[in-house]
Amino acid sequence: MMRTAYKRLERGYLPVLRPLGVLCLHLLLTAGAVIMILPLLWMLSASFKPLSEILQVPPTWIPKSPTLRNYATVFQQMAFARYIANSVIVAAVTVVCVLLTSALGGYALSKFQFPGRDFIFIAILSTMMIPFQVRMIPLYVMVYQVGLVNTYAGLILPGAVDAFGIFMMRQYIQSLPNDLIDAARMDGASEPGIFWRIILPLCGPALSALAIFTFMWSWESFIWPLIVTNTEQMLTLPIGLSKFSGRYLTRYDLTMAAATVSIMPVLLVFLILQRRFIEGIALTGIKG
Amino acid sequence: MRLTPSRRRTLWAYAFLAPSLLFFLVIVVAPIVYAFVMSLFDWTLGAAAHRYFVGLRNYADILREPLFLRSLSNTGRFVLLMVPVTLVLSLVLAIALNSASVVARGLYRTVYFVPVVISMVAAAFVWRWLLEPSAGPVNYVLSVFHIKGPGWLKDPNWAIPAVSIVGIWRDIGFYMVIFLSGLQTIPREFYEAAMVDGAGPWQRFWKITIPLLNPTIVLATVMAVISDLQIFTQVWVMTGGGSTVPGGPLHSTRTLVLHIYQAAFRTLAMGYASAGAFVLFAIIFVFTLIQLRILERPFEY
Repeated sequence: MMRTAYKRLERGYLPVLRPLGVLCLHLLLTAGAVIMILPLLWMLSASFKPLSEILQVPPTWIPKSPTLRNYATVFQQMAFARYIANSVIVAAVTVVCVLLTSALGGYALSKFQFPGRDFIFIAILSTMMIPFQVRMIPLYVMVYQVGLVNTYAGLILPGAVDAFGIFMMRQYIQSLPNDLIDAARMDGASEPGIFWRIILPLCGPALSALAIFTFMWSWESFIWPLIVTNTEQMLTLPIGLSKFSGRYLTRYDLTMAAATVSIMPVLLVFLILQRRFIEGIALTGIKG
Repeated sequence: MRLTPSRRRTLWAYAFLAPSLLFFLVIVVAPIVYAFVMSLFDWTLGAAAHRYFVGLRNYADILREPLFLRSLSNTGRFVLLMVPVTLVLSLVLAIALNSASVVARGLYRTVYFVPVVISMVAAAFVWRWLLEPSAGPVNYVLSVFHIKGPGWLKDPNWAIPAVSIVGIWRDIGFYMVIFLSGLQTIPREFYEAAMVDGAGPWQRFWKITIPLLNPTIVLATVMAVISDLQIFTQVWVMTGGGSTVPGGPLHSTRTLVLHIYQAAFRTLAMGYASAGAFVLFAIIFVFTLIQLRILERPFEY
């Protein structure tokens, strides 16, 4: 006990409090945690209630007459599987494109000397300040002109490269020792071979953080899919959910069931990979 | 002709850079230039499609339009409400979790982080129901304490706070993680030395934690301001639906991005909307400069 406390101290945590302080701290933290989770529990509970019970005052916590009807209706009325598949396809391809362009670009910008390198790097960095809303209108016109409206390519294209990803991979690869690359060159390894077999395997932590960040970004993106899709079959999950629930606004039984279903995929992945998720956010969140 | 090794390497560097550069030119650089050109034209799509060069008139028009100014002030209200509340709560939380006495730190961290991974659309619908004025749980809980809950999304005076709640709820866990990793970089010797010198918890907080965490706080503030300036999804979901135009009631939640979206994809006034997007960019640019200025300041322990 003492030992772990000491170890924590060593890692820079705040000093140990007195017992009463510890109790208060935990009470507050627990109360806060309950408040954070309550909306989700409420959603879950409402999704099993008939509408009449949802609207009842005072509300019930545990459904008195639990039913699966809401879920059945939601699956009948809403092409969930299709929306989820669309979202997965778009997010997966986006992640692959971003990882590839970021790792390759980051490698070139950190371990090579060539004319124009610094200019290119600064140019890429400076575009990070420009919000997506500036690009969204011309992107739509461009996508429209080449006939990619309402296609996967049209959904994916605007997110296929990420200035922040290039920046992050450059910083990470820069920290890898040059000796490895020089030694491989001496041994006669080809340049693509060095990238593929030496650099890439060492980028694991950075790549997985970037992958999680990019996946979440793509999964959550709303305004672009809203603009570029126009048929039921091409909707991504957020747009599909917003259209469905917008149609059944006062049917809280259905909207809560739909919300529950749509948060499940990412919530499950998060609960399995939570450490990676949180550390990934800490790593990518600090994009200074 | 054989290439020298350094030449060869330069060629390889360009080859490695080619995919990113190509994508970059097509989906980032070209659209930005295109957007600026558009903003100088009266550029309309649809049945009455036309383009006339108008110089800076779109900018002059938009900066004088009452509805745009309303969106601007609404967006400012959102930022002024969401950013401080989110950051103060997440900082307090991070400091509490950073205390060595916390048991099950990982569990708390996970629970507070859960809303971050919840889809914004789903979260917004859930809160839309929770804040329902007559039968919604939030007003029920308030009524238990004999408080008459407001009309939330139905009341123009309460609609901004109501929409803000979702964003605050979702972002607390995110900034908590950022602050936690900032706190971990503060050397523990500082706290020990301060305690030896007899500094109490308050003094340690104001004299050590806050100054040393300053870069993280600046970073988090600017990130939060920039992302909240672009608020759209939750407004769309919580105030729209059915035949209602999002941004209501009475334009009380109409934001900059919503205004730009409506101009571009409802009235198809692409030039005017692009000018609006550049106004948004100008505002974001100012905040980025502030961030750079503050973070560049020499920083000493």
